[in-house]
Amino acid sequence: MKQKLVTALVIIVCFIFQCTIFKGLALASISPNLLLIFTTSMGFMRGEREGLVIGFFCGLLMDIFFGSLLGFYALLYMFLGYGSGLFHMIFYDEDIKLPMIWIALSELVYGLSIYFFLFLMRSRFEFGYYFIHIILPELIYTVALTIVLYRPIQKLNSLLEYLKGDTIRDYHTTSAMVGQAENQTEEL
Amino acid sequence: MKKRNHFMIPTKYIFAVLAALCIVMMFLSYSTGLGGQTLGRMAGYIFVPFEQGLSSIGGWVREKQESLEDLTAVQAHNEQLQAQVDELTIENSQLIQNQYRLEQLEELYELDQAYGDFNKVAANIIATDGGNWFNTFVIDKGKNDGIDEGMNVLAGSGLVGIITKAGDNWAQVRSIIDDLSHVSAKTLSTSDLCFVNGDLQLMNEGFIHIEQLKDPDDQITIGEKIVTSHVSDRYHEGILIGYVNELTPDSNNLTKSGTLTPAVDFEHLHTVLVITDLKQQPGQ
Repeated sequence: MKQKLVTALVIIVCFIFQCTIFKGLALASISPNLLLIFTTSMGFMRGEREGLVIGFFCGLLMDIFFGSLLGFYALLYMFLGYGSGLFHMIFYDEDIKLPMIWIALSELVYGLSIYFFLFLMRSRFEFGYYFIHIILPELIYTVALTIVLYRPIQKLNSLLEYLKGDTIRDYHTTSAMVGQAENQTEEL
Repeated sequence: MKKRNHFMIPTKYIFAVLAALCIVMMFLSYSTGLGGQTLGRMAGYIFVPFEQGLSSIGGWVREKQESLEDLTAVQAHNEQLQAQVDELTIENSQLIQNQYRLEQLEELYELDQAYGDFNKVAANIIATDGGNWFNTFVIDKGKNDGIDEGMNVLAGSGLVGIITKAGDNWAQVRSIIDDLSHVSAKTLSTSDLCFVNGDLQLMNEGFIHIEQLKDPDDQITIGEKIVTSHVSDRYHEGILIGYVNELTPDSNNLTKSGTLTPAVDFEHLHTVLVITDLKQQPGQ
């Protein structure tokens, strides 16, 4: 329960930061995507179930306040959370390279789907422009921000793990065991 | 493995159910215009106070920064002048328009509505679209202040956009530079109709598209004022949109298209005015 409350709180804080302060951080009117970092890294660290639920709520907030079609962002973020959750089993805590690659890939999928569904469908064909001026800068900025935010997210993950009610074991063994358990259930 | 004894729904089913829910919501909101009213209301009460707080902190920081640059006096003066310029621009475009209307539509002159006749509510921008693809923002006034979908939003002397969603204490504004925005417009001097469309590509350069302008005699020059037209069912007539920046004939040789410089500085927008009169009253 506590774990869920903390997660909800973090989603709210991320969303508020995303649409207020982050616009001030924008370079050349491109701002990084904090919600995507959070969704993807949670999926990566905590498995596809939590990834998809967190993604769903992050996207739903975007839909309510900024979307024109209710459910579009919810579906997109949920897909990204679920997708990164599938790679939960190869997640190794200390290695930042893999999450970074994965966040970059998620950004790419995110940008391409927005282009495809919301722009190409309205016959905006200049894909090159959108790729170079929007998708790519956002990707680079987001990945750069990931480097800064990775440690805090790891701390948050161990806090969530702790709140889950497990005995206070070493966090590394916990995550390894959860990983194995997840792995086994997947195989079943 | 002890914790996994109780029954858990496999994640892929949750995924499938939520995905189906999203798709159903998309269809519903597309076909019935359902915008998640209840959700929006609830979410408004959670988020708006935080966002207001943060944007006031942002405003405070901004003010501090500005005073650090030791330009307060100049800025105050500038602000004053800017206000005057805005006022005069409104007045000017109103006057030109009134003159034109006098000549051609004297009998309809009573129907003419200038900006001053509208009821207006001032609102602060408290959040902007988190992504980089669209240009929508959220203001801190909503249905409680009489704001509803379809109302026009102004800043300074020009058109900012239109309310696309309203909660109890917040409303979403789609600005005219947004890629999804279409405004029916006309030229001020000749009243030729045209369309003004937002475009993401031009947005970064600070322009908007102008399309389907019929100007066979090449009367429209660069710098011509473009205002909202009388045929629009959503925008009040005569609100300044921007100034013609460039015009080229279309391949059909009948119409022209080009770019406009918007009258509003969208980069530094903090407060807006909402016209609380709808052009089309509901039920009409």
